[in-house]
Amino acid sequence: MSGLPVPMTELAATATSTGEALQFWVLGTIAVLGGLGTVLMRRAVHSALCLAGTMIILALFYLANGAYFLGVVQIVVYTGAVMMLFLFVLMLVGVSAADSLKETLKGQRWLAAGCGLGLGILLIAGIGQVSVGSFNGLAAANAQGNVPALASLLFTKYVVAFEVVGALLTVAAVGATLLTHRERVEKNKSQREQAIERVRGGKQLPPLPAPGVYARHNAVDRPALLPDGSPAELSVNPTLRSRGQIREVSAEQLARLAAVEQRTAEYHGRSAYPGPKDPGERALERAAADRAEERDDDATERGTEREEEAAK
Amino acid sequence: MSPINYVYLAALLFTIGAAGVLIRRNAIVVFMCIELMLNAANLTLVAFSRMHGNLDGQIMAFFVMVVAAAEVVVGLAIIVMLYRARHSASVDDASLMKL
Amino acid sequence: MIGLLVGVPLLGAAVLLCGGRRLDRTGHWLGTLLAAVSFAIGAALFASMLGEDAESRAMHSKLFSWVPVEGFQADVAFQLDQLSMTFVLLITGVGTLIHLYSVGYMEHDPGRRRFFGYLNLFLAAMLLLVLADNYLLLYVGWEGVGLASYLLIGFWQHKPTAATAAKKAFIVNRVGDAGLAIAIFLMFTTFGTFAFAPVLSSAGDASEGQLTAIGLMLLLAACGKSAQVPLQSWLGDAMEGPTPVSALIHAATMVTAGVYLITRSGAIFNGAPDAQLVVVVVGAVTLLFGAIVGCAKDDIKKALAGSTMSQIGYMILAAGLGPIGYAFAIMHLVTHGFFKAGLFLGAGSVMHGMNDEVDMRRYGGLRKYMPVTFVTFGLGYLAIIGFPGLSGFFSKDQIIEAAFAKGGTEGWILGAVTLLGAAITAYYMTRVMLMTFFGEERWRQAPTPSPAEPDVEPAAETRGEHAEPHPHESPKVMTIPMIVLAFGSVFAGGIFKAGDSFVNWLEPVTAFEHGHSPVSATTVTAATVVSLVIGVGAAWFQYGRKPVPVVAPRGNLLTRAARRDLLQDDFNHVVLVSGGTHLTRSLVYVDHKVVDGAVNGTAATFGGLSGRLRRLQNGFARSYAVSMFGGAAVLIAATLLMRAV
Repeated sequence: MSGLPVPMTELAATATSTGEALQFWVLGTIAVLGGLGTVLMRRAVHSALCLAGTMIILALFYLANGAYFLGVVQIVVYTGAVMMLFLFVLMLVGVSAADSLKETLKGQRWLAAGCGLGLGILLIAGIGQVSVGSFNGLAAANAQGNVPALASLLFTKYVVAFEVVGALLTVAAVGATLLTHRERVEKNKSQREQAIERVRGGKQLPPLPAPGVYARHNAVDRPALLPDGSPAELSVNPTLRSRGQIREVSAEQLARLAAVEQRTAEYHGRSAYPGPKDPGERALERAAADRAEERDDDATERGTEREEEAAK
Repeated sequence: MSPINYVYLAALLFTIGAAGVLIRRNAIVVFMCIELMLNAANLTLVAFSRMHGNLDGQIMAFFVMVVAAAEVVVGLAIIVMLYRARHSASVDDASLMKL
Repeated sequence: MIGLLVGVPLLGAAVLLCGGRRLDRTGHWLGTLLAAVSFAIGAALFASMLGEDAESRAMHSKLFSWVPVEGFQADVAFQLDQLSMTFVLLITGVGTLIHLYSVGYMEHDPGRRRFFGYLNLFLAAMLLLVLADNYLLLYVGWEGVGLASYLLIGFWQHKPTAATAAKKAFIVNRVGDAGLAIAIFLMFTTFGTFAFAPVLSSAGDASEGQLTAIGLMLLLAACGKSAQVPLQSWLGDAMEGPTPVSALIHAATMVTAGVYLITRSGAIFNGAPDAQLVVVVVGAVTLLFGAIVGCAKDDIKKALAGSTMSQIGYMILAAGLGPIGYAFAIMHLVTHGFFKAGLFLGAGSVMHGMNDEVDMRRYGGLRKYMPVTFVTFGLGYLAIIGFPGLSGFFSKDQIIEAAFAKGGTEGWILGAVTLLGAAITAYYMTRVMLMTFFGEERWRQAPTPSPAEPDVEPAAETRGEHAEPHPHESPKVMTIPMIVLAFGSVFAGGIFKAGDSFVNWLEPVTAFEHGHSPVSATTVTAATVVSLVIGVGAAWFQYGRKPVPVVAPRGNLLTRAARRDLLQDDFNHVVLVSGGTHLTRSLVYVDHKVVDGAVNGTAATFGGLSGRLRRLQNGFARSYAVSMFGGAAVLIAATLLMRAV
């Protein structure tokens, strides 16, 4: 409760203190920045964090306005529960193209800007028209404490609404359960059926190849090499690939490997493994294709440097 | 400083939230923007409560919070459903209601 | 009893038309018998009517309520008064004779049973027309007559000319029928009813404008049925039907309907002098029109058709003169019924003996070969030209007198026209007579098709009877009706004239007035006889004195125009057909461009607009959200503005 700028009694007064004004300007700026961040952050997680910050500041404002109960509820319910729910769903849904801020609807951004600006100007103009005289403080209302006062209102004057809202919450809970519940409409497949389906469907029957096999490295982000020296796509997790976190085997390295093989074979006086027709060339092609994606190339280069260092 | 400044701030936040609803495509972010708008409304209620000197505004804000919580529950359930069906949380992808 | 008059021929038509082939051998006698039964009923009614006082002779008989609606009461009810009685006797009497004649004339025709069925239908419709006690039922008979005439004119429908003529007659009649229908509508709106008794008795209450409108519409109807200018064009072509049909149409039924309608509606015309004037003008114009056409035709039936048109013109003219003329119109109608039927039957007899040849230029000298036909035809001829002492003389003389009695300049003009008509009548009838029965026997010459009448009956050629025809007298079943009609032609006029019996007979219905002629009756008679002599003399000078060429000479402009029916069809074609075509085309253009354009344009506008608006409905929730926020902004702006104001 460090945000409380003035003693509780003064809050009920009819004027605001300088301290509160200061607090308003500082925290208000942060709140607006948080709101903008919510809208403009590319990643949904960042948006959620910005929103949480704005909500906490709003909770402080509630407290400053004498709504102690609401301030606490704001923190507990909103920032605590609701925002956690948001984050939870975010994790469930994962990243997607929707995160991009690039506009796909023609003219939508201009229309949105126009509407938003117009709405804002009109609202602020509307507020500006209001003549605000002296205002009543909450001193009288909060005389016996904010929470008891609220409670007496809630359980007398607003008891019906309270009950209805309770019913609404119940309905919402049941509804959410129903919505996310999936009825199993068909029998569970047995292991035998699954095996048959897999063979019929022409899917990969044995386990996927492990990463790093025949490569110089056996980390999960390093594809295994096929006998001809080209990387095996199946050996790395597709998620890593979509994230661009795979380290490719460079062409020079492959060529060098081939040379080592060759020398070894000469030393032992036996014919070298014939290998693919031209493994070095294929590896070069592969590397050229990969250069299209900068990040991947960077990663590869970095990996290459490290490998070169290791080789020395 | 007049408490009316809280109302100005609320209007600003409400507008930002509205613009976010219009601009963002991720259904969850759109939802968060709606929450921002609701919070802005709550702020005006609280400020008015103080200006009028009674607690009815706070009661209203309380109800808004409860309803918002219910809405979040149902809305997120719908988003999850949508994601399961379409493998996307983009509101633009759910554009079947057109000719 | 009155219903039986209509019912008997109607039953005959039903039996003959539905009876099938088993009636093929006896059907014609059944039809004739039923016509005779109808005539017998009429005669019996006539006898009983004679027993009554003049004022209480009219009989009414209501069969059933036809359309019993509040404020609109139509009954199937009959009214038999002196006027209807006259028509009934004429229709059934002449009709029966024509039936009898047809037994011989249609002896070899495969459709004989059907023919007699149609004849009976014709009689029934005509009887319904003259017996109806209200205009709506009259309209039924009117349409029935139109239908029966259509069926009979197109009886040989395998001939394209006959089929076309039937359609032409039907369509031209429809124009007149529309007039009658409108007249009935006007009557209903004016008087609230269309029964004869209330309409005619309260005719004085209506304004002159209303009466004129009704009268003109009735005149249009009469023009259609009675082949008056401008709806005369169907009559000549109607000669495509079998000759007994022509006799029936021209003498007893159909064309007399218009005269009946105008006479029956006399009370309406009496209150509308303008309408009467139009009637008189129409009658006078048709009188001359028909006479001129009759002079130029080489087809014997078409010459007679022109004559009919002219004579009906006399009747319409007389009917247009008002109470001074109604009785004479009907009187001329009856005498005309006798001699025109006789003439047509005679013409049919000549054709019968001449292998269905109709071109008078290939007749000649037939009096030796068919003496009975010659004598009966000759008596009819004398009657129609108004030879003193015969029927036509009395009736026509009365009309001419009445025309002079119209008074004023109109009277003189009408008198002159009727006298001129009498002279022309004498001319063209003498021409027919001379070309057919006198002169050299032109049928012996090589039968080359006449260029003037390319549409003449080609039956002689098609039947392979290129050889010269062998004129012969017709069988008794055909000559007997002709003899009976010849008696009528000779004596009817005298009987009617004697003691003004006919006028007195009709007086309760038609309210006769004696016209006051500016010239004495003797002078008129003398003038009539003089014009008759001039006409006959001119015809003899042209056709009797020198031989008649087989191939028609080119003739002067008037002759050529008259051969083409005074260009009536050309007139109709130019004015109505091409006018109608242009109107239709322009309407089609308007329909395509304006109506369709408006509709399609509206559709296209909305379609285009929807196409544009549809883009708003792009399915993206965020676009919808933009409109929501835009709307909210507008609402806030409106609220602020309201507060500011």
